Amino acid sequence: MTTLRFTCLAAAFAVGLTAPGFAQSTLRIGLQQEPTVLDPTSDATASIDGMLAQNVFESLTVVDETGAVHPQLATTWEISDDGLTYTFKLVEGATFHDGTSLDAEDVKFSFDRAMAEDSTNPSKGIFEPIESVTVIDPATVEIKLTRKDAFFLFNLAQGDASIIAPESVDANATTPIGTGPFKFDGWTRGDRLTLIKYEDHRAASDVAIDKVEFRFIADPAAATAALMAEELDAFPGFPAPELLEQFEADPRFKVVVGSTEGEVILALNNARAPFDKIEARQAVSHAINRDEIIDGAMYGKAVPIGSFYPPHGPAYVDLTGLYPHDSEKAKELFTSAGVAGSEITLRVPPFPYATRSGEIVQAELAKAGVTVKVENVEWGFWIDEVYKKKNYDMTIIAHTSPNDLSNFARGKDYFYGFQSDDFDALWNAIKTETDTDTRMGLLKDAQNFVADNAIHAFLFQLPKLGIYRANVDGFWAASPVLYQPLSAVTIK
Amino acid sequence: MIRRAPVNLWIGGALVAMMTAIALLSLVWTPYDHTLLDIPAKFAAPSAEHWLGTDQLGRDVVSLLMAASVNSLTVAFVAVGLGGAIGTLLGLAASAWGGWVEAIVMRLVDLGFAFPALLFAIMLAAAFGPSLSNAILAIAFINIPVFARVARGAANQIWTRDFVLAGQAAGMGRAALTRDHILPNIAAPIIVQATIEFAVAILAEAALSYLGLGAQPPMPSWGRMLSEAQTLMYLAPELAIYPGLCIILAVLGFGLLGDGLRDVTDPRLARTRA
Repeated sequence: MTTLRFTCLAAAFAVGLTAPGFAQSTLRIGLQQEPTVLDPTSDATASIDGMLAQNVFESLTVVDETGAVHPQLATTWEISDDGLTYTFKLVEGATFHDGTSLDAEDVKFSFDRAMAEDSTNPSKGIFEPIESVTVIDPATVEIKLTRKDAFFLFNLAQGDASIIAPESVDANATTPIGTGPFKFDGWTRGDRLTLIKYEDHRAASDVAIDKVEFRFIADPAAATAALMAEELDAFPGFPAPELLEQFEADPRFKVVVGSTEGEVILALNNARAPFDKIEARQAVSHAINRDEIIDGAMYGKAVPIGSFYPPHGPAYVDLTGLYPHDSEKAKELFTSAGVAGSEITLRVPPFPYATRSGEIVQAELAKAGVTVKVENVEWGFWIDEVYKKKNYDMTIIAHTSPNDLSNFARGKDYFYGFQSDDFDALWNAIKTETDTDTRMGLLKDAQNFVADNAIHAFLFQLPKLGIYRANVDGFWAASPVLYQPLSAVTIK
Repeated sequence: MIRRAPVNLWIGGALVAMMTAIALLSLVWTPYDHTLLDIPAKFAAPSAEHWLGTDQLGRDVVSLLMAASVNSLTVAFVAVGLGGAIGTLLGLAASAWGGWVEAIVMRLVDLGFAFPALLFAIMLAAAFGPSLSNAILAIAFINIPVFARVARGAANQIWTRDFVLAGQAAGMGRAALTRDHILPNIAAPIIVQATIEFAVAILAEAALSYLGLGAQPPMPSWGRMLSEAQTLMYLAPELAIYPGLCIILAVLGFGLLGDGLRDVTDPRLARTRA
């Protein structure tokens, strides 16, 4: 359903100095992760959405910091009584950055392209329930669904559902053209990506920033130096929690610790021995000590999770007590599963939260009698060997997409190697249930199911560690989605 | 003839002896198990329990440094031994047979010199995954041309000596001559070179481990300790200083020892000093 996004949610900004007394209006924003292309409708790299979604591209809807859905390119919508037909009224005065105007044909084109057989959209699940998209008149689009979809309006707000124009679609990978408040200016690979304010945007008068520069700084030490030298104004997804203290002590900066949709899990390959046995998986859950991992890897700046759902979500159930930390119990379970004394490989992607947790997990499993061989691997290797070829025993990864309990309904081909008819039925009920209370109940059942079966060991919710210069306002503390709208950001 | 041993030999020898002793000691005893995490006690200041305090995961720094010294010395020993053996053999062969053998060997050596160890290590890591054995292979590889040149140069001189010519006249083959007369007589420059290359190898291992291409966790390594301490510079600068100092002392020790040995064994230097 939703695509797995692996991110280091990180962006940094800096402000160009203008004459004293005037408001600064250049915002230089950098990211830890640089994408290889710039089209959010064809590539899963989270930083594409992080930079461009709702800034350069817009979708029919948009969500706010709390995850609530608001109108964007669609000003209003009507939903038929059976919940299967959505009629969207498009906003007036929306134009693409190349000057062409937005109309219903562009919306139909965008959806048809994403739904096509050969579509490379990274979240095809968003479009899976759509039966047809029909242009009623230039300002009205009707979308018919094959089944009810509780997440439909939320999903439309994602970068994957950006509205694009047929004239510019082919060049979007390098020169993205959308209808957003900022237009693409330039991209120097390995260095920075620049956006400038789109003066003809329908709400241009509300945008305080004239120019945005995203700068790519992968190394936390280099990012710190840049922030300290005031070359950067903010780092909304700072990767090194141990460095926060020095920023907290510095009056030039404010530090905001918020939440993300990211569940950091110790993923177990359910498709092969030893983790095809539930005893072995439960043993891992007993062996790990979340408090120790959070203290050691995240310097205490994270919330533990006991299942696959973020603690700030409305349907959250606290299941962290289900498998209390107990090395002896874990040892017994490992022994009964025939795992004790064997060697298990832990392949760790190159993100600080993962490499640091890996070392602690290794020590904790050693206490439970299992030798873990840690392999720190490159991101490309991880995507290829772990994610695509499912060639791993254990790995550590953050799933940052919203509503991603659906991952457990993706079948044996997904890298979890997990399949259960019961869960598939449960998820099907969740995604078609439009009554909020009933859906919350089902989501709780799903969390319990995932935890009861100990499909993975669940570690903590990935925090969003933001460092901002004191004069920058308007950034979200939390990340309910992958993007960060910049139209509301101001610099005093 | 008895010459006074130069001061660099003494200092270098003392440093190397100390390091070796510590490394050997750590095989049987360290203050704590270096893999033991005690996260609530992280960043502890030096105390009677933890002489140099604890690191970011509450591990005892002294134990880590001690255990890492084994790693450094082992890598240096194996890599220099392997590269030195192959290189010396190649150099001896080039010197003994000359002609096309020498031409091929020495051109390969030139090629080897042009190939950075780091690049080789990255290639190995890409092909087989990063590991300590790949780091050892990479370091051994850069040592081959160094020893080949030293061995060939030294051997060429010996081949012109009277006793070698006498051996030839008596009908000894090139291989037998090389084994019985050439090799023993080039041992001194080879040992000197090996000592100096030890220092280079320790530095190379630290660099590769720093980049994640060498020792893998939880195996302790000075280079990896440095890279882990990098973001902690503001919080706990000593965590970067300690392994850094260890690297300096080890490299300095082997470097001085090598220099000192050369001073003692090289007759040309002896004449100029006298």
